[in-house]
Amino acid sequence: MVARVRVPAVVRPAEVFVVRIAIQHVMETGFRLTDTGRPIPRNVIHTLAVRYGGQEVFRAELGSGVAANPYLEFPVQAVASGPMVFEWVDDAGIRGSETVAITVAG
Amino acid sequence: MALDAALNRRRWLRTMAGVPLVALAPARGQMPTSGPAIGSGYATLLPEVTGGRPVRAERVHLEIPELADNGLSVPVRVRVDSPMSSEDHVRSITLLAEFNPRPVLLKVHLGPHSGRAELATRVRLAVSQRVMAVAQTSDGRFWSAQADVLVTESACLDAS
Repeated sequence: MVARVRVPAVVRPAEVFVVRIAIQHVMETGFRLTDTGRPIPRNVIHTLAVRYGGQEVFRAELGSGVAANPYLEFPVQAVASGPMVFEWVDDAGIRGSETVAITVAG
Repeated sequence: MALDAALNRRRWLRTMAGVPLVALAPARGQMPTSGPAIGSGYATLLPEVTGGRPVRAERVHLEIPELADNGLSVPVRVRVDSPMSSEDHVRSITLLAEFNPRPVLLKVHLGPHSGRAELATRVRLAVSQRVMAVAQTSDGRFWSAQADVLVTESACLDAS
């Protein structure tokens, strides 16, 4: 699964910065039918967890009410330079992850 | 003069505090957007989210378009007034749409490491309805905001 994460290139210590993530995913509701009238099973990314600075800084539980290619924007407070790791899983059990570097300077 | 006005205002507020909200509300279907009025769907939905605890229509700010051309993707932004300290912070934000087939749209968990209590995403809305954001603070209390959205094209109208 492809995801795009956007964070500032550099943040100051203790700065609250905005993290944006968009994951390519159909977010199938489970209410749609195929051309032959069979129900298409629900398949949404139901959990997204974000770790940074040695702890979980954000967690989302998503339902079928989240638009396709789910987009989330949330603030995080800078602690130290290091990786920010995004991990998610959908109803089909398929996992995805993405890692970005957070650079704290100044 | 200013003091007079302030005293009048105080007297008016004191008088009005005794008037039940129902008496002030316009005819049914015209309930105010914020405040204790809750759509019938929320009457059963909210206790599931809060465990029956009271919810106050304060501190939460919900930004969502009044008119959504397409219910498939409606931008939403929620902000909650909070110092986000380790003693006093927002624990979670839940977005609800009472007339969606699955009314709980999403729930996010925040903490002091968030720095600010804010969330933006894009949701699906099946029909025109009142969207609600519920936040729980670290003291266990619940706060909310509501907004009406007119959806011209439903997210669930056809099977495509």
